[in-house]
Amino acid sequence: MINSIIFILLWIGAIAFFTWNVKKISRNIKLGKSIDIKGNKKERWGLVLKVAIGQSKMMGLPISGILHILVYAGFILVNIEMLEVMVDGIAGTHRALSFFGFLYPIAISAFEIFALLVVVGCLVFLVRRNILRVDRFWKPEMKWWPRLDANLILITEVVLMMSIFFMNASDTILQLRGAEHYKEVGSFFLSSFFIPILNDLPNETLILIDRTCWWLHIVGIMVFLNYIPYSKHFHVFLSFINVFYTKLEPVGKLANMPSITAEVKSMLTGEEPLIDENAEEVSFGAKDVKELNWKHLMDSYTCTECGRCTAVCPANLTGKLLSPRKVIMDIRDRLELVGKNIDKNEIDFSDEKSLFDYISAEELWACTTCNACTNVCPVNIDQVSSIIELRRYIVMEQAAALGELNAIFSNIENNGAPWQFAQDDRMLWADELYVNTKV
Amino acid sequence: MIESKKKIEVPVMADLFAKGEKPEYLLWVGSAGAFDDRYKKVTRAFVKILTHFNISYAVLGIEESSSGDVARRAGNEMLFQMQAMSNIELLNSYEIKNIITCDPHAFNTLKNEYSEYDGHYKVLHHTQFLQQLIAEGKLKIENDLFKDKTITYHDPCYLGRANGEYNAPRKVLDAIPSKKVEMKRSKSKALCCGAGGGQMFKEAEKGDKEVFIERTEDVLETNADIIVTACPYCMVMMTDGLKYKNKEEEIKNYDIAELIEQTLEL
Repeated sequence: MINSIIFILLWIGAIAFFTWNVKKISRNIKLGKSIDIKGNKKERWGLVLKVAIGQSKMMGLPISGILHILVYAGFILVNIEMLEVMVDGIAGTHRALSFFGFLYPIAISAFEIFALLVVVGCLVFLVRRNILRVDRFWKPEMKWWPRLDANLILITEVVLMMSIFFMNASDTILQLRGAEHYKEVGSFFLSSFFIPILNDLPNETLILIDRTCWWLHIVGIMVFLNYIPYSKHFHVFLSFINVFYTKLEPVGKLANMPSITAEVKSMLTGEEPLIDENAEEVSFGAKDVKELNWKHLMDSYTCTECGRCTAVCPANLTGKLLSPRKVIMDIRDRLELVGKNIDKNEIDFSDEKSLFDYISAEELWACTTCNACTNVCPVNIDQVSSIIELRRYIVMEQAAALGELNAIFSNIENNGAPWQFAQDDRMLWADELYVNTKV
Repeated sequence: MIESKKKIEVPVMADLFAKGEKPEYLLWVGSAGAFDDRYKKVTRAFVKILTHFNISYAVLGIEESSSGDVARRAGNEMLFQMQAMSNIELLNSYEIKNIITCDPHAFNTLKNEYSEYDGHYKVLHHTQFLQQLIAEGKLKIENDLFKDKTITYHDPCYLGRANGEYNAPRKVLDAIPSKKVEMKRSKSKALCCGAGGGQMFKEAEKGDKEVFIERTEDVLETNADIIVTACPYCMVMMTDGLKYKNKEEEIKNYDIAELIEQTLEL
């Protein structure tokens, strides 16, 4: 009885705290400007099915792609067992779903196999990160916290899965010995290999192991759930939503700036611009997170720091400072700080800092807008779009474009080409042009 | 068979319009196509092809102006929209419906971005147009000028990733009797030449290598005799890369239109 109450209270606490954190993240994302996301729902659900649920883009790198699918699918399937854990925890029963008879040990054995796949996947991931030191996990933006974060997630998953094996193994021994409460439900496939390790232990110790593992697993899940909002692991929730809101237009199309359209129209026609009183857009481009749109901000919370973008970025590959992953991580870190400031102060609090305290002009100007990053991102983050918003601010608000770029701007204004050639010479290429004809 | 040289008078939109004629296609030459010495040759090659197939086309001539692609990607949205809106005004005044261009950047901007400002056109990249000619059975290549040559194709970012067009240029190359080889990074994984997004006009940021050299190394790895591109920026970058590697004698750098020009002996 007391156990049931503790169990229920723990869950209420865990879910409440999680909800509180998710609401904060949601509020932070909504600090972004509104955007009109076009395109039909059917296409978006198709993308969710293919890219998010189907993990299609993960297979761009097949080794980590396959391992990730094992961990992802395994973790979800193993947690079906949570259903029984919930029933047992609330009702104070033991293995409540064993009334399924012969199906029960088959199901549990299957979960054990999935758990093993998760363990194997996580161990290989740990080796790749820490021993093989795959390059993309050791770039400069992967400082102590991003590296520790990734390792904590992997280790936690291994511990959670191992607790299942030890719980099931001690349970099986207790069943065979006919211990009280441990009714016979059949033997489980993988955990039976752990029996020899535990077989010499007395019943009391085994019961302690079983209960400890049960609580470790359940409390572990609660702790893990509440760790996720502080971690890059938040992608397990946001990736589905982020993929749903993928830009459906051609990759090469940049977002329009309606405020500029109004201004340019008035310049060309000589009429006064129609000023929309309700327009939120106050600056050209983005200086801080609030001037990005909510999709940019959601991108930043969805990023799982895999670094596939940085690994294919031509600028980064040739030793430049730009790393698309760092840009996205910087936006998230800045947004987190802005969010904390709001918690402490009030909504309009300003710390006199901006994204430019995180991201340098040197990084931004190195982008070729080639879209290699957006093409490989497994969760459809649009790195180029954020980079362009920051460039727009540098050029149009700070008037601080590079000298060479200012030169092409004035050439385009004066003679309609980035080069300094007279517009009247635009047909010189056609002079003395002959074609061979066969009669 | 008698061969003769015919002088091409490139039709200009304003002249045709004055005569009440409406060509089927507008050829958007682009600033590089009009001013860059190397890419002028590509424009000339493509115009020869259009003439050879009696395609009804015209150019804007001295009325053409920068599409604004580079201004937009360099962050100058104001300048981009001014270019876009004045170009659209001109294009719409000529009632233009179909556009062909040899520049993937102009292709992307005209096709995807002008529609925001009431510029709605069916835009073809010249590789798509050439592929159509092949599909229609009009363009057939029997010439074996490149039969013993190995060709590799570099995907321009704004044709490939930006617009998903990987097949048309490859189909055109397949129509040319020759050997083809893919680089280790190709199609959606192709490495950028390094010139997009304004890089063409500025020094690269500090690093340990130029992007075009990294890409040229991909080319050299294939042992191809010819590197084919379909973009003015890629052309400049690949030319520079081959020079840097002292390979400009061994490896030729052509636009797809130039290969067609040569095989048709235009």
